[in-house]
Amino acid sequence: MPPRRAVVTLLATVLGLVLLFSFKTPDGPVDAGAPLTVARAAPTPGVVSTTGSSPTSQPGSAAPAPPQASPSGQPSAAGSQQIDGAVVQTQFGDIQVRIVESAGKLVDIQALQLPSDRRRSLEISSYAEPVLHDEALQAQSAQIDTVSGATYTSEAYRESLQSALDHAHA
Amino acid sequence: MPTPDRPLGVRVEQIMGTAISIDLRDPAISPAAVEAAFDHLRDVDARFSTYRADTEISRLGRGEISLDDCSPDVREVLERCEDLRRRSDGFFDVRATDARDTGGFLDPSGFVKGWAVEASAAILEAAGARNYCLNAGGDVIARGEPEPGRPWRIGVRHPEQIDRVATVIEVRDVAVATSAAYERGEHITDPHTKRPPKGVLSVTVVGPRLSEADAYATAAFAMGRAGLAWVATLPGYAGSMITSDRRLVWTTEFAAYKSASLPAS
Repeated sequence: MPPRRAVVTLLATVLGLVLLFSFKTPDGPVDAGAPLTVARAAPTPGVVSTTGSSPTSQPGSAAPAPPQASPSGQPSAAGSQQIDGAVVQTQFGDIQVRIVESAGKLVDIQALQLPSDRRRSLEISSYAEPVLHDEALQAQSAQIDTVSGATYTSEAYRESLQSALDHAHA
Repeated sequence: MPTPDRPLGVRVEQIMGTAISIDLRDPAISPAAVEAAFDHLRDVDARFSTYRADTEISRLGRGEISLDDCSPDVREVLERCEDLRRRSDGFFDVRATDARDTGGFLDPSGFVKGWAVEASAAILEAAGARNYCLNAGGDVIARGEPEPGRPWRIGVRHPEQIDRVATVIEVRDVAVATSAAYERGEHITDPHTKRPPKGVLSVTVVGPRLSEADAYATAAFAMGRAGLAWVATLPGYAGSMITSDRRLVWTTEFAAYKSASLPAS
């Protein structure tokens, strides 16, 4: 099946949240060195700043909470919370995302900062596809050739799908 | 006549503390080329291991030698790691790891494996291989097709179940790397906070080069949920993430790889 059609089928048939971000950039030529309009967070990136009253905040974290670079901090709606990620400084510009969770589930990812010349690449389709145990795929039915995963130890390899696939084709 | 639609056999060797599988789908590739591909990985492992006290990497990490004393390969690896550190805002940092057995503080293994496997793939290609899959502990180079007209179908391991996959991609001529925290106990931490990232179970990156894809997956995982937006900025690379609430999120480019043939539960 052609991948394009496959995607359309998938998106059309599965219930879920489909978000397509289209990040506005100024029309016309974009100066690669254009200043970013949002203030930069303190040099303590990597800490997920949990805003609002969140059970997932990090009281034990030694890192200070990054200054708010955006008007976050308020639960946006009853039962939901916003979590602003750290500012990641890249060669293309700064990136910062906001996670919106509701009842403990990810419901949205918003871009607070984006490099101005990355518009196309920075469309993120955020689709909450469940990967629950019962719905996980078994290799046989999925007809896969190989498996990508974090490094297998030799012991873990023996239990892995990859091992089974290798044996089947050896 | 060759029968290209039949697998010619998978060879598996235990190198670099993991299983390396070479799945050749071209006929008449010299077994010596496959041996040479494995030998290259053994050679790199011997020279770059952080588990051996006498390697250049270990001695450099302990400050016993300087970069100028190192071989060109070691310098190349560390220069590329430094470039990745800058481009990832420090989230990929070979000097931020905890001391290992050797007492050193330098661990480029997050880059070295992909870099070495790329070279092994080049050895196979020099011997005429055009359709093959090289899987090094879950980091994959897939070239050509497993059989004419069909893409490679690669499962992304379920982060919580070793014998299941969470999604399937269909690819030709790409590298695929996944970072997660489900094995070895050496969990990826955010170098800035020294703490494990929150909210993410695994990150998969697809793109042209395995060395880069591997490092990108490591960095994106360390970034936590912001990591996927960073992957989306990387030219030529696509990514997906499994969040701790068991959801799969992916970049626009990744959608082109996702297989629709997912069996019903």
